[in-house]
Amino acid sequence: MITTDALIIGAGPTGLFTAHQLKLIGLNCEVVDNLDKIGGQCIELYPDKPIYDIPAVPECTGEELTNNLIKQLKPFDIKFHLNERVDEVKKENDNWIVKTSNNKSFYTPNVIIAGGVGSFEPRKFSPKECEKFENKSLFYSVKNKNIFTGKTVSIFGGGDSALDWAVELSKECNVNLIHRRDEFRGAQATIDKVHQLAKDGKINLFTKYQMASVKGNQNLEAIDIKHDNNEVKHLNTDYVLGFFGLIMQLGPIANWGLNIDKKTIEVDTEKFETNQKGIYAVGDICNYPGKLKLILSGFHEGALAARACFKLARPNEKYRFEFTTSSKTIKERLGVKGD
Amino acid sequence: MAKIIYITHDNQKHEVEVQNGLTVMEGAVQNDIPGIDADCGGGMACATCHVYVKEDWFNKIPKKEDGEEDMLDMAFEPKTNSRLSCQIVVSDEIDGLEVNIPSKQA
Repeated sequence: MITTDALIIGAGPTGLFTAHQLKLIGLNCEVVDNLDKIGGQCIELYPDKPIYDIPAVPECTGEELTNNLIKQLKPFDIKFHLNERVDEVKKENDNWIVKTSNNKSFYTPNVIIAGGVGSFEPRKFSPKECEKFENKSLFYSVKNKNIFTGKTVSIFGGGDSALDWAVELSKECNVNLIHRRDEFRGAQATIDKVHQLAKDGKINLFTKYQMASVKGNQNLEAIDIKHDNNEVKHLNTDYVLGFFGLIMQLGPIANWGLNIDKKTIEVDTEKFETNQKGIYAVGDICNYPGKLKLILSGFHEGALAARACFKLARPNEKYRFEFTTSSKTIKERLGVKGD
Repeated sequence: MAKIIYITHDNQKHEVEVQNGLTVMEGAVQNDIPGIDADCGGGMACATCHVYVKEDWFNKIPKKEDGEEDMLDMAFEPKTNSRLSCQIVVSDEIDGLEVNIPSKQA
């Protein structure tokens, strides 16, 4: 069990700046995120898109913003628990016990949900029967490519993941690449390579087709794919891979007894606390009269939630407001010299 | 103002007046029309405001800009008449537009 003053759920910009605020006022914290990297929507949805409304930063991309926030956290020792989803929150006396999908447990008086629109999960195939084969012969990511050797693998998608795996697996397997339109959206060099491999007969390319159904009893045996003009093709296949990007799902947070309306959590605007004492929500996931879904609002909300955490984490101490420009204590925490 | 007709998956027809300048997505969200999630808030970054535009309207409304087709690759059951409703701006010209909302967004 990991004991901490505050647990932050979500490593997007709001979660990162909230961590900064906690450390600045002398609290420790840990951060959990279901993605495999830091940055949340900024890094997953729009790493290359410019943002123009961060105060004092005329223009930066999602990736640059993330990198700068990470840089701002450099003076502090903060543990990130990536690839882990928070599954369960339970009250014990005045503390919360938080369990993750990786069986880690945290013991803390403060839980700050900075979860954006929820955790990122892979988008799935639409036919219902696909679930039956999921994680057996139908996957949304590749953990061990060796299982495919010598087999027929049908890959769906038109982005870099689908193309990269089509190229890679074409060395050792019989690859079908299926995409809903003629154009691909991956790196040009990879697209060229795929077309070359298709010409050489190493990849069977099916464009303007989508998954119609999967066939098989115990094991997957074949799939039907359907063309825009409704023509159906039957393909024998051992494995299916789907790469349709990620979708955000609120997930287990919905079951924590919080007041949720339209996928957002109701909070007060003093502490950004939910209806549960010691559980806060900040950033895109919180809701209050006048809420703006801007990154800058998340920064403000995190700063206030962090002060609220102080009360519960240090019940016998008094929080004193200080400026970073003048406080000796804060400068020590930042590891910079006072003047 | 333009009348936008949203048809949900269960064939319920919702006719609402939407202000010019808003998007078809915003019209749905503000009027509590079910089935449009719009997770990213209109940034063309999530494909959860996906709609099917009625055939005769599809060629009348402004064409897709760069990136929308890429995002539609991620949508749930995209078809040739698929659009992201956050990219369709409401104006007098699209008065009477009919869009079908898919059974789900993901």
